Amino acid sequence: MYSEKVMDHFMNPRNVGEIENPDGVGEVGNAKCGDIMRISLKVENDVIVDVKFKTFGCGAAIATSSMATELVKGKTIDEALTITNKAVADALDGLPPVKMHCSVLAEEAIRKAIEDYKEKQKNKVGV
Amino acid sequence: MKRNIYLDHAATTYMKKEVLEAMMPYLTQNYGNPSSVHSFGREARKAIDKAREQTAKALKARFDEIFFTGGGTESDNWAIKGVALANQNKGKHIITSAIEHHAVLYTCEFLEKNGFEVTYLPVDSYGMVDPQDVEKAIRPDTILVSIMFANNEIGTIQPIKEIGAITKEKGVYFHTDAVQAVGHVDIDVNDMNIDLLSLSAHKFYGPKGVGALYVRKGTKITPLLHGGAQERNRRAGTENIPGIIGLGKAIELAYENMEENNKHLIRLRDKLINGIMDRIDDVRLNGHPTLRLPGNVNMSFEYIEGESLLLSLDLKGIAASSGSACTSGSLDPSHVLLAIGLSHEIAHGSLRMTLGDENTDEEIDYVLEVLPQIVQRLREMSPLFIQEKGGCQYV
Repeated sequence: MYSEKVMDHFMNPRNVGEIENPDGVGEVGNAKCGDIMRISLKVENDVIVDVKFKTFGCGAAIATSSMATELVKGKTIDEALTITNKAVADALDGLPPVKMHCSVLAEEAIRKAIEDYKEKQKNKVGV
Repeated sequence: MKRNIYLDHAATTYMKKEVLEAMMPYLTQNYGNPSSVHSFGREARKAIDKAREQTAKALKARFDEIFFTGGGTESDNWAIKGVALANQNKGKHIITSAIEHHAVLYTCEFLEKNGFEVTYLPVDSYGMVDPQDVEKAIRPDTILVSIMFANNEIGTIQPIKEIGAITKEKGVYFHTDAVQAVGHVDIDVNDMNIDLLSLSAHKFYGPKGVGALYVRKGTKITPLLHGGAQERNRRAGTENIPGIIGLGKAIELAYENMEENNKHLIRLRDKLINGIMDRIDDVRLNGHPTLRLPGNVNMSFEYIEGESLLLSLDLKGIAASSGSACTSGSLDPSHVLLAIGLSHEIAHGSLRMTLGDENTDEEIDYVLEVLPQIVQRLREMSPLFIQEKGGCQYV
């Protein structure tokens, strides 16, 4: 039911872990539904230089988290914000229809981490 | 070496060689219709009669109390809808449990939409129905109690005899979905006061697509399927002769070798359960520790999700199943695991491994070697694991 790419990202996930002293963190989903994704970012000069994830969830949830981190790494904040859930799913050669919500979570986790980064920047500027 | 370890016998079993051999002639040369008068028909009739005898003997029922069906789901539908329709003048109340198979639960929901009232009894943390709850729930308008013999997910075996004693005293029909129990548990429909019992051949090394309903003589029940006069006017449709013969042979074999098979299964089951408990932290056994099916192992692994566990096991050549929502296409985890009081998170991390008579010690050793690594790998990826372990700020 899963593409080879999904299985590859499930078995060999890229960028697993957590960044120490991250510039932004986004966590979405909840354990009740069986999906939690947390993405942390390191940003330098508006470019995402490092990104890591931790995910509690099914095979698709792990694979979409992994792919989403690959897609945003090295991108500017603005470029990263244009990445949609569909782009994540397409990059994995598609997901079964019942698993599309996993790609939505991945998109939301990235956005939330970027929002968190922007918020922190604002505060820094404020100080 | 690519492994191929099948630990999903509660989903279905392979078919035994002796069963296939018994069926073969009826797939090719003995193709008569048992309703026909000629010799071809008589040959088929004789074969069904033999299967009916084999089935009746296994349940300690009478020959004329066994009706063949298209499987467990049909048997459950027929028992519940058939008794409901035939007895609605007496009342429209049915009692069942929260952990039944969907073939029972959704049939009850269908009846609720059609003017019947259903009480869903709770279960304790082992998944056990309290017979006193059954007694208390029975009302003057109660017509049927339907409680499964053994649960398909967590393997808990219900106090069927105690419930049967109550329904008999109260004069209410008692149906049990025994799809998982047949072949593994001694059943005596008279001693246990069972009025209707569902079974399915492919759960005890028989063919798929065939089952039976035991109906105690004198039970008021309307047919589910109308048409020809097959099964003494109770179940229309030309009989699935090879399937029925396979069922008969399979149930005979299952009871002939039950004691020996169960000993083997229980030993492997407990080795697997204890081995997991010894090797992995934050794990719990679901279902009753001893009053459970001989081949059933159901455990929850905290901080991880069942489908990713299944995928990882599959890649290592181990076939199992899970009560996780992701494996069912719905968003909620198994109703059985929620009914025994598990939180959604823990229910999502459940794994069911159901053993069969060809599983070996060596296979269990392999599972015990591979599973801790898989759990560890998934936990290291899980945001819940670190947070819980570090006692951290996550709310």
